Amino acid sequence: MAAVETRNLTKQFDQVKAVDGIDLVCEDGEFLVLLGPSGCGKTTLLRMIGGLEAPTGGEIVIGGQDVTKLPPRARKIAMVFQSYALYPHMTVYNNIAFPLKAQKMAKPEQQERVTWAASILGIDHLMDRKPRQLSGGQRQRVALARALVREPNVFLLDEPLSNLDAQRRASARDELQQFQRRVATTTIYVTHDQVEAMGMGDRIAVMDQGRIRQLGTPADIYNQPADVFVATFVGSPPMNLVPTPDGSLLLGFRPEHFFRHEGPAADGLKTFPFHVHREEYLGAERLYYGEIGETRVVARFPVTATTTAPPGDTYPFAVHDRDVRMFDAKTGERTDLVAVT
Amino acid sequence: MSAPAAVQPAARPSVPRYWMDREGILGPVMLLPVVVYIVALVGFPLVLALIYSFSDVTVGDQTINWVGFETFSQAMANPTFRLALRNTLLFTLISQIVVLVLGNILALVLSADFPGKRLVRFLILLPWTTPIALGVIGWLWLLDGLYSPIDALLRMIGLLGPDTLFGPGRNMLWLAQPDTAQISVVLVHVWRTLPLATVILLAGLTAIPQDLRDAANVDGAGFFRQLVYIRIPLLLPIMAVAVLYGIVFTFTDMTVVYLLTRGGPPVDSTQVLASWAYFKGIEGGNLAEGAATAVFLFPALAGVAALMLRMARRAETN
Repeated sequence: MAAVETRNLTKQFDQVKAVDGIDLVCEDGEFLVLLGPSGCGKTTLLRMIGGLEAPTGGEIVIGGQDVTKLPPRARKIAMVFQSYALYPHMTVYNNIAFPLKAQKMAKPEQQERVTWAASILGIDHLMDRKPRQLSGGQRQRVALARALVREPNVFLLDEPLSNLDAQRRASARDELQQFQRRVATTTIYVTHDQVEAMGMGDRIAVMDQGRIRQLGTPADIYNQPADVFVATFVGSPPMNLVPTPDGSLLLGFRPEHFFRHEGPAADGLKTFPFHVHREEYLGAERLYYGEIGETRVVARFPVTATTTAPPGDTYPFAVHDRDVRMFDAKTGERTDLVAVT
Repeated sequence: MSAPAAVQPAARPSVPRYWMDREGILGPVMLLPVVVYIVALVGFPLVLALIYSFSDVTVGDQTINWVGFETFSQAMANPTFRLALRNTLLFTLISQIVVLVLGNILALVLSADFPGKRLVRFLILLPWTTPIALGVIGWLWLLDGLYSPIDALLRMIGLLGPDTLFGPGRNMLWLAQPDTAQISVVLVHVWRTLPLATVILLAGLTAIPQDLRDAANVDGAGFFRQLVYIRIPLLLPIMAVAVLYGIVFTFTDMTVVYLLTRGGPPVDSTQVLASWAYFKGIEGGNLAEGAATAVFLFPALAGVAALMLRMARRAETN
């Protein structure tokens, strides 16, 4: 068990700063998600923590020890790769036992540990198979067992669910989170999928262009986005951003907070004329695409809503003041940020 | 149920288009040149050699009389044949073991990142691009009895001359004594087949996914553990291919022996089957015995090739 800390960590590839001075603390036992679009530096950050990439500058501290200069094997970490990186010529048993063999552990103890890890992940019956004889989900579990078997201080997971089909991914999210709670090992999880991030992370670090834009709980990230990037990257459809008449601010509100409102403007309400030009029926909800003035906006109605807004017309819509976030139109930063703990 | 819509006949394509769209016709047509080439330049001589080997044909009497395995037993009764067979097997075996070891080391070194890597890769491949006859003539000079630069180098580093490891003479006389001549032949074969093996192994090495190497690093495996448990097992199929090429090239080569030692010194100490077949069949005029010598190991070689290809395929599906 150990906390992970990066101090002013930087990685430069030629002219590009892939990771740009990141200070991050992942608490002991925490499930921390690095979320961001591809190329934001999240995988590079993870690989530096794992020792697979040498930082250009800064420090990495694991469990109070500066490991910046240490090779991967000395860091007591385990990593699960997007491709799972199982050794194709070895059986499942030998794949899981490989880290123990590298430690020159005695055979009987090896066997005990492999059996323990395999039973936690429910793959005891697959021990003699080769990776090519396994399904995607089974491979993922073998990769996890190989990571678990030497009881590392930290798990580093690089998009481990992206090779699974959509149905399997939902159950794998659940399994993975339960697994992490059970072994209570510090976990850093990289993904570009906000559903995975929101669903599994204790905290999420939203990254863009090598920097952390916001670090917080899933609810913080969703309800109190620190800037326009986070507001539009998290949430599907993203937060609506409507400029104020003087153009200095952007009013941000989520599609589900935007509703039809007949009658006069009331206290605590902002009203807009919303021209709807397309409706999307998604079963549990309905999305209305349209414009306020020149700005594209989306409204989301639950299927239980009694009102509708058929396309081709303009309707009075409103949003509660408490659901509006304000951003500086130039810098994109939040201007109404209250201290959130 | 509504009535099915009437199916419109497709527009007739133009005539060349029509033929181009027929894979059953286009495929064979495009394969034809290479088939003609192989039949004329490989198939025909091979069949002729097989026919000769079961006959008693000579340069003087070109009528082909069927004599069964007579020519083979006659060829095998000759002690030179047996010596040549032994040499062929030995040269191939030793040179390919050396190639495998050096090729793996070279490939490992070349797969690392260092400045000038491209130049070194190019230089290593050079012997392969040199026509073999020219290369061997170069070696003839390198191994010269008087002026050998290799000897000069050995003298310089104190391995040759009075009171040294290879002393006391000033020269090794590489091609003048049976054992050094044999070493020379093996050396040239290694020089000749190493580049291709290295390039093949290098390709195999770079084909191992980076993720696997990263995983092995994280799993705590050091260089040698990774080499023995990850790299070499994953390289085995591609190694089989490299060795197969090396075996076939070395086994069937007569140029090296013919130009370097002419089978000597003093007689036949470096003779191999290919050179012996040439001396017997072409220079000696006994076409039938030459052919029998040449095709003697054909079944064995074909077997080796089939085996290696099967190994490669089996490993591929792993």
